[in-house]
Amino acid sequence: MSRNTVLLITSLLVLSACSSGPSVWGWYVIDPTTPKGLSNIRFLINGFWATILLSIIAAVMSMTIGLIVALPGMSTNRWVRLPSRIYIEFVRAIPLLPMLFWVFYGLPVVLKSIGINISIDAFWGAIITLAISDSAFTAEIYRSGIQSINKGQTEAAKTVGLTYSQTMRYVILPQAIKRILPPLANQFIYIVKMSAFASVIGMQELTRRANELVVTEYRPLEIYTLLILEYLVLVLIISFFVRWLERKMGADESK
Amino acid sequence: MTDTYAAITIRQLNKWFGEYHALKDIDLDVAHGERMVICGPSGSGKSTLIRCVNSLEARDSGSIVVDGIEMTDDTASVAEIRSEVGMVFQQFNLFPHLTVLQNLTLGPIKARGLTPREANARAMAYLERVQIPDQAHKKPRDLSGGQQQRVAIARSLCMDPKIMLFDEPTSALDPEMISEVLDVIIDLAEEGMTMIVVTHEMGFARKAADRMVFMDQGAIVETGTPEEFFERPKTRRCRRFLDQILQH
Repeated sequence: MSRNTVLLITSLLVLSACSSGPSVWGWYVIDPTTPKGLSNIRFLINGFWATILLSIIAAVMSMTIGLIVALPGMSTNRWVRLPSRIYIEFVRAIPLLPMLFWVFYGLPVVLKSIGINISIDAFWGAIITLAISDSAFTAEIYRSGIQSINKGQTEAAKTVGLTYSQTMRYVILPQAIKRILPPLANQFIYIVKMSAFASVIGMQELTRRANELVVTEYRPLEIYTLLILEYLVLVLIISFFVRWLERKMGADESK
Repeated sequence: MTDTYAAITIRQLNKWFGEYHALKDIDLDVAHGERMVICGPSGSGKSTLIRCVNSLEARDSGSIVVDGIEMTDDTASVAEIRSEVGMVFQQFNLFPHLTVLQNLTLGPIKARGLTPREANARAMAYLERVQIPDQAHKKPRDLSGGQQQRVAIARSLCMDPKIMLFDEPTSALDPEMISEVLDVIIDLAEEGMTMIVVTHEMGFARKAADRMVFMDQGAIVETGTPEEFFERPKTRRCRRFLDQILQH
């Protein structure tokens, strides 16, 4: 699908650029042959690092929180299960942008009121929000992956004396990871795209830089086109990796 | 009880699955060294009964004492009982991501604190015993069903259990592999291992059992020596069951 999409988008853009007059497209703002265009491109592309770093840290945190939430969610005891269920339903219901505002503007106030005096900058505000918001989904991915493992495995582990955490660590997770990793990696694509919201609280990532350049150059069409292509490249690289991972996991399965 | 304590003492055990009364007021004593075979139609509660012994199924009422340890709601008592009791499942339940050797050493190393060297030596000794030492480094899926079940038996033995539970150990096997597994179990029985075997293999029962238990609809209907049981079944239900199962 991805290759055809790229071809379609590119040809549409080329067609549009060729067929309409110079008044519509003004590629000069990002023309790498001119010093101005080149420095503009540099400015935009430098946002990659923030976007990537933001996404990776948020994804790692989301995977950790997700596991912590998922494990009690599978308990046979309903009271152990309840908090996990509430967390997932609650977090899933909150749109990302309001949560981002709340974490960035509201959370420091709450923390201060209970005596914790830390300021949350745009970078960590975005990471915390992305991680929490995504963790509800990673928790569900863990749950379905772990529950797909035959319960005979847990029973056998019990009969050879393993504790719950040993059973998870040595028996269940090593088997479930093959079913968990591909959807988890897919979820990473979602985080990368959602990281664009960090721009509204001033995080200097891809989208924010594009916005700033638009304000000074007044060429939203060209700049946002490049912005979309930037995300496209990033996501294509990740989905290529996911595909590779799925193949590798599948090959292991049949070995 | 007249003797010091039995290997397993079960009193007034009840188990429900929702509305379904799976075990009804079960009383059962298993002596040390006794080889008990439980048979009965499917759904009669045989598997549920032995799964209650090592708490894979939680009981709803009644008492279970294993080797002097009373089962309570405290997880420590359950862990202690499980350390005395080995179990072999119908579906083997080997760990597919580990090699045969790792399947055998996981429990001894992680739960018993043996060094890998000790655990390996013990594992190899048991693999010799079930006659598949050459398969030690293969994954379970590369083994035949009969071999897998023998690995599962060896895995249980590596934990040094005093009591072994077999839950239909040959029901998932192709007919030509049944005897290789039964031979291993008979071998264990001759050594004096206390065991409860849920099985439909009546030839095995005649050969290996000290006592037969017949269950139907969640209750123990009849118990007796294999001779009494097969030659002079007391109840009609038991007679009908034996007629059906021995017909072929």
